[in-house]
Amino acid sequence: MRPYGIVYAGVGGQGVLTASSIVGEAAIRRGLNVVMSEIHGMAQRGGSVVAEMRIGNARSSIVPEGEADVILGFEPVEAYRVAHKGGENTTVIMSTDPIIPFTVSVGKETYPPVEELVGALQEKFRVVTLSAVGLARKAGNLLTANVVMVGALTALPGFPLDREEMMEAVKVRVPPRFVEVNLKAFELGYEEVSRCL
Amino acid sequence: MKYDMILDPTPGRKAFLLGNEAVVRGALEAGLSLASTYPGTPSSEIGNVLHAVAKKAGVYFEFSTNEKVAMEVAAAGAASGIRSMVFFKHVGLNVAADAFMSTAYVGVRGGLVVITADDPSMHSSQNEQDNRYYAQIAQMPMMEPSSPQEAKDMIKEAFEISEKLGLPVLFRMTTRVNHMRGVVEYGELVKGKPKGRFEKAPSRYVPVPSNARGMHIRLLKKMEEAEEMASTSHLNRVEGEGDVGIITSGAAYNYVADVVEEHGIRARVLKLGFTHPFPRARVREFLKGLKTVVVVEELEPYMEKELRAMAQVEGIDIRIHGKMDGHFPRHYEYTPEVVKRGLNSALGLNLPVGGVKVREITVPSRPPVLCPGCPHRATYYAIGAVLRAKKIRDETIFTTDIGCYTLGIQKPYEMADYLLCMGSSAGAACGFAKATDQPVMGFAGDSTFFHACIPALINAVHNRANMIFVVLDNRTTAMTGHQPHPGLPIDGLGDEAPALDIEKVVRGIGIEHVEVVDPYDIKETKAAFRRAVEHNGISVVITRRECALIMDARNRKAGIFRKYDVNQDMCTRCYNCVENFACPAFYRDEEGGVHINPYLCDGCGVCSQRDVCPFGAIEEVKKE
Ligand code: SF4
Ligand code: SF4
Repeated sequence: MRPYGIVYAGVGGQGVLTASSIVGEAAIRRGLNVVMSEIHGMAQRGGSVVAEMRIGNARSSIVPEGEADVILGFEPVEAYRVAHKGGENTTVIMSTDPIIPFTVSVGKETYPPVEELVGALQEKFRVVTLSAVGLARKAGNLLTANVVMVGALTALPGFPLDREEMMEAVKVRVPPRFVEVNLKAFELGYEEVSRCL
Repeated sequence: MKYDMILDPTPGRKAFLLGNEAVVRGALEAGLSLASTYPGTPSSEIGNVLHAVAKKAGVYFEFSTNEKVAMEVAAAGAASGIRSMVFFKHVGLNVAADAFMSTAYVGVRGGLVVITADDPSMHSSQNEQDNRYYAQIAQMPMMEPSSPQEAKDMIKEAFEISEKLGLPVLFRMTTRVNHMRGVVEYGELVKGKPKGRFEKAPSRYVPVPSNARGMHIRLLKKMEEAEEMASTSHLNRVEGEGDVGIITSGAAYNYVADVVEEHGIRARVLKLGFTHPFPRARVREFLKGLKTVVVVEELEPYMEKELRAMAQVEGIDIRIHGKMDGHFPRHYEYTPEVVKRGLNSALGLNLPVGGVKVREITVPSRPPVLCPGCPHRATYYAIGAVLRAKKIRDETIFTTDIGCYTLGIQKPYEMADYLLCMGSSAGAACGFAKATDQPVMGFAGDSTFFHACIPALINAVHNRANMIFVVLDNRTTAMTGHQPHPGLPIDGLGDEAPALDIEKVVRGIGIEHVEVVDPYDIKETKAAFRRAVEHNGISVVITRRECALIMDARNRKAGIFRKYDVNQDMCTRCYNCVENFACPAFYRDEEGGVHINPYLCDGCGVCSQRDVCPFGAIEEVKKE
């Protein structure tokens, strides 16, 4: 099977690596091969975070340009930043809640309108948008926005792991007392994308 | 516990491990007894895992004061007959180099594995030196894994080869392997000997010239043996068939293998895992029947030069492509695109490169910044105010060092003018104090202070360098992920340990003007720096306040969520807070009103002081 490529893009503190590790866990439980790159620069938080994952027969943990099946954008600008990973069959799932970089709040740079970013991506890819923060709030804990995104990813046709497998992995990867709220977040993300498609 | 899975005894278990985690598992399967390190990305997680599991696993582990000490500790472990491992980032090996070179001469009894984590593309480093050359300088066998599974398995082999040859083994990883996560299948855990015993043999362990001469000859002999081992090692293997050859290693192998497979390139690939000494017999065999061979390796043309030299010496008639004829770059880490472009150029192929281009929109950058609540921000802010008032802000030379506080280079602080390496803040400050008439101020963190600043400060005292030295003491090694250091009451095993007092150390080496302040108290901090500036001769200011992330974690656990906000009735929109203090939690709305993002604010309260907001407009948000 051609490796299934996922590029996770967000900002430090958003739980991007936890989200990707849930998917990795589910893949391993199914007995699939999975490789992933976690690269973080020198800041503890607030900088861009990208994780690249390939499920299936792959050795390189970098998704070649054009070969991302999914770009999972936890933040609009960060989703746009990794667009070069997309190709003809890429779906972008983007959370529309911006995190304004400091360079913008001090007035050195500007943050483009989210609709403009979505528009540019739509010209080339299938784009699904949702408010992960809004759904996390609905689930009962803002910190579950990353798991909302995992639920959203799971709902995509062609995603190689099914809903039950993914929920098992959520249970293993989040602290016990937060399992319930995270499963709720997962469901909300899943339903949101199922509805959009 | 976060790293419990590393100690899972079940052979055959499959875990999704980071390369760094797999290294620890491999060492524990190899009967590791002793490990030492100084933290440095991309090797840091190896230490974090050991910090969590070493005691349970019966392994001695320490965060050493610096890499040289770590190297010496591990070398002594191996000389005592127990399996020992030392690890650091690539530039850490520069610090350890003196000891490293000699371990090859004196050799080992128990296995000794020296892990270097190179950082092509400089994700978190000051250079991208290729440490494979260290194996050549020291005459040491070297291995290069490509994946977490390989890292785990190869560590075991590295220990065995080290013991067979009586030499340390250099284990060279790169960021993409250290920070690659993959499926790792476990083997059996093996308990290491709890203690070794040192058998005296001065002719063997003391390289005075008369001994060292014999040692060098012995070492060269051993390298011949090592080359034979490399040539027959299964770590150097051939994949595929074709009349084009590709020689590759490390992370580059992953891209080559995927590209060859995906695009059905007919090529014979020699994947080298045991790369020094260069396995000439194996390579000679591989080249038979080939007209063209391409070398694909990151950074320096290490294998390519070996290959070209060998072809010249042995009169092998073959076309060799690589970096030296311009097909592959000599900088930054490789990607599938770099490999495809290189193969296209070297072999005249036409592999498709690149994805879809989306419409260009200018998006803001997201450079790393000091965290909200970071005590370093308060320190820089206070110093800036003092120096500006004294009209020496622009004159002053700021030497900086390696840590989060290097971000003082950014606007609006701009207090980082010169940096070489760990400890250079102090040494270079001595130099600037002598070479110029400008005021000189050096910055180092607490961990860096212990690592390499003390000898330079002794130098400053003895040679009467007129300078101010600031220790930004945030009670941890923050940038690499909060490892302990000699100033903290905890050691590598997690046991209670004597904590060294930085103030006593600097007083002990003869510095008289020393002050300790809490940078969160801006008024007091300013006063301390005013006194330091007025003092003639060397002075030290220790700004002590724990890292904001540690405070956050503790507050979160205790259910404390303090937040601040701007009282719009009192704010005059002078923007001193946004423009000069510049906590990332501040933002301006479209109308120019100043606000604090409650998700980012960590409640440090520093901005509520009159020294930041002269109008007292920033207040704690009262819980209803
Ligand atoms: S420093 Fe005070 S008055 Fe000035 S902009 Fe900030 S909050 Fe408003
Ligand atoms: S209290 Fe002020 S300085 Fe501290 S984190 Fe919040 S906004 Fe930043």
